[in-house]
Amino acid sequence: MDVDTLVASLQAAVPEAQIEQAPSIDLQTTVYVPRDAVPALARALRDRPEFAFTFLAELTAVDYWPKEPRYEVVYVVVSIANRLRLRVKVRLPADDPHVATVCDVWPAANWLEREVWDLFGIAFDGHPDPRRLLMPEDWQGYPLRKDYPVQIRMTPNASEALQVTEDEFRSNLMKDRLTRGR
Amino acid sequence: MGLESDFDIPVLTTSVEKMVQWARRSSIWPVTFGLACCAIEMMAMSCSRYDVARFGAEVFRGSPRQSDLMIVAGRLSRKMAPALRRIYDQMPEPKWVISMGACASIGGVFDNYALVQGVDQIVPVDVYVPGCPPRPESLIYGIIQLQRKIDQQKLG
Amino acid sequence: MPDIKTEVMTVNMGPQHPSTHGVLRLVLELDGETVLSAAPTIGFLHTGIEKTTEQKKWQQVIPLVERMDYLSAQSNSMAFCLSVERLLGVEVPQRVRDIRVLIAELQRINSHLVWLGTHGMEVGAVSVMLYCFRERELLLNINELLAGFRLFPSYMRVGGLREDLPRGFHAAVVAFLDRFGPKLDEYEDLLTKNEIYLKRTQHVGVISKDAAVAYGLVGPIARAAGVDYDVRKYFPYLGYETYDFAVPTQTRGDVYSRYLVRVAEMRESMKICRQALARITPTGIFAIDDPRITPPPKDRVYTEMEALIQHFLIYSQGFTVPAGEAYVPVEGPRGEQGFYVVSDGTNRPWRVKSRPPSLLACQALERMIVGGLIADVIAVIGSIDVVMGDVDR
Repeated sequence: MDVDTLVASLQAAVPEAQIEQAPSIDLQTTVYVPRDAVPALARALRDRPEFAFTFLAELTAVDYWPKEPRYEVVYVVVSIANRLRLRVKVRLPADDPHVATVCDVWPAANWLEREVWDLFGIAFDGHPDPRRLLMPEDWQGYPLRKDYPVQIRMTPNASEALQVTEDEFRSNLMKDRLTRGR
Repeated sequence: MGLESDFDIPVLTTSVEKMVQWARRSSIWPVTFGLACCAIEMMAMSCSRYDVARFGAEVFRGSPRQSDLMIVAGRLSRKMAPALRRIYDQMPEPKWVISMGACASIGGVFDNYALVQGVDQIVPVDVYVPGCPPRPESLIYGIIQLQRKIDQQKLG
Repeated sequence: MPDIKTEVMTVNMGPQHPSTHGVLRLVLELDGETVLSAAPTIGFLHTGIEKTTEQKKWQQVIPLVERMDYLSAQSNSMAFCLSVERLLGVEVPQRVRDIRVLIAELQRINSHLVWLGTHGMEVGAVSVMLYCFRERELLLNINELLAGFRLFPSYMRVGGLREDLPRGFHAAVVAFLDRFGPKLDEYEDLLTKNEIYLKRTQHVGVISKDAAVAYGLVGPIARAAGVDYDVRKYFPYLGYETYDFAVPTQTRGDVYSRYLVRVAEMRESMKICRQALARITPTGIFAIDDPRITPPPKDRVYTEMEALIQHFLIYSQGFTVPAGEAYVPVEGPRGEQGFYVVSDGTNRPWRVKSRPPSLLACQALERMIVGGLIADVIAVIGSIDVVMGDVDR
């Protein structure tokens, strides 16, 4: 399937969204889709036999600060059966960066979306487990954004947070003292 | 140290300190703390070409409670720092730390938000071995320097 | 038998563990010895390499990306160079392509030897580790011949290679290949029909064909389950379509099949190495002739003014890459690898993102070990060949 047929079939698969083809110099045909079309398009990409994009190769984001729209979420999907590669991009604004999750379509997206949330702060609606992946759980800030510094001055935290509250700890101490005297 | 042979059996005299130092420096057993690429060179050091067993580091213990030496091999991220401190605290005295590689010594090529710039911010280091990664021979030289350091450590 | 009260035990296979291949944390819930659930935690080796590359010039990124997946270092730098060369719109000479193929295949053998050694040691065959690392020393000698450095030679550059092949390179590679074939047969003698190894690895850590693709696990893991996807055959690069090699697959998808696939891949890599070596002349062109990208030879720098200016510009401010994005997939030892590079037209990258095959393998780990025994966890982690540097970057 050549590039124009592919884009035309994509548009036919999600007729209510406006699919915009972008220039591409590598193996991947590149299209921009609006944010709301992502779930329907993902399902069509995986399920339709002329597409059969069962393999999600890459899910990442790029921060184009200070341009608006600030973020672009990039999906690279591969069809092993039809030998096709496609890059789907979604533009997101700076004040409200969120997009629907594709975990139910491609299970590989689970940790990839967690990583994008961790490093960029882009929320994925409907994600089963929206936690940080690479940074410590209590980290503040989204490191890969362009307004986050590369070097920071921070004393390393060499101890883990206590799992009990202070009152629990004190009451455990009292209990210990009472039983040990026996 | 003196060797006397007035009787049929030869007798060695030395000080307790020298005996203890000799025992300690000749059987330093490291705990496996390979973090990143330096761990591969550490593994190569323990294999047949650069055999570190001839210097006493015969086995790499899995448990810190049975080891003397912690070779921090690789880059230490901020998330890993509490684990490093914990492993260090679990090692019994006497214990030593070798900081292997540029990342463990000073942060290496990665001067950014994610790495602790030098393991000595968390644990006290005895020998720093530079390199990215250091050749196994460098690390063996580091262990020999540590042995020399142990030879000078007083007991009391 | 009276009612024995059992309870589910939670065990932490912490970040420091001899068999987790780096810093992976698994919190296992066990019922006796059976694994009920596993929650992997990663991020203990996160180095922020992608953020650091945004501050470096294009050629300075190469040592950084080599340290991402530290076992397939030259595959990484080759993938990065391919993406940047696609952005620049340049095509490297044929000889450079052949040398890159040779180095990539030697790197594949290198990575698989480390995998085989550590996997064998964890399953119990400790001598396999010593043998594999001994052969690996020959490969590291070849790396040292190339650029003076064992693990991270940084020999690949955007636009070609750093310098020409050294004298004695052909002889060294031929000596290695001649020695390695029989040695590989020796390792197979130790493991392939070994009853203990078979009992420990057959029907352990099974993942089906569709699950493998759905989890994005292409590479030896998917090939062991029956998916014959190999980037070298499906989307060839660097002239791989002109080489004669096969892509080994198995059908069962367990740890033993992955072992068979990787050992067969090492043999295929040897075949490709011999073919590539036959095409490479001992001396010749080693980079494209573009003055913006390739520094001129040193004797001209010392005598000619233009060469001096060119050298100075390249090493002080680097070259600029036209705005755009590129992702060229390559087949690394762990599966499809590649760098999604975004440029904004300056001499520094805007975004460099590495496609991490090990991250997806870690994600699918839970699926492979739930229901098995705790001893199988070690075998499975060994078989998926995770490199934590690639998972956390």
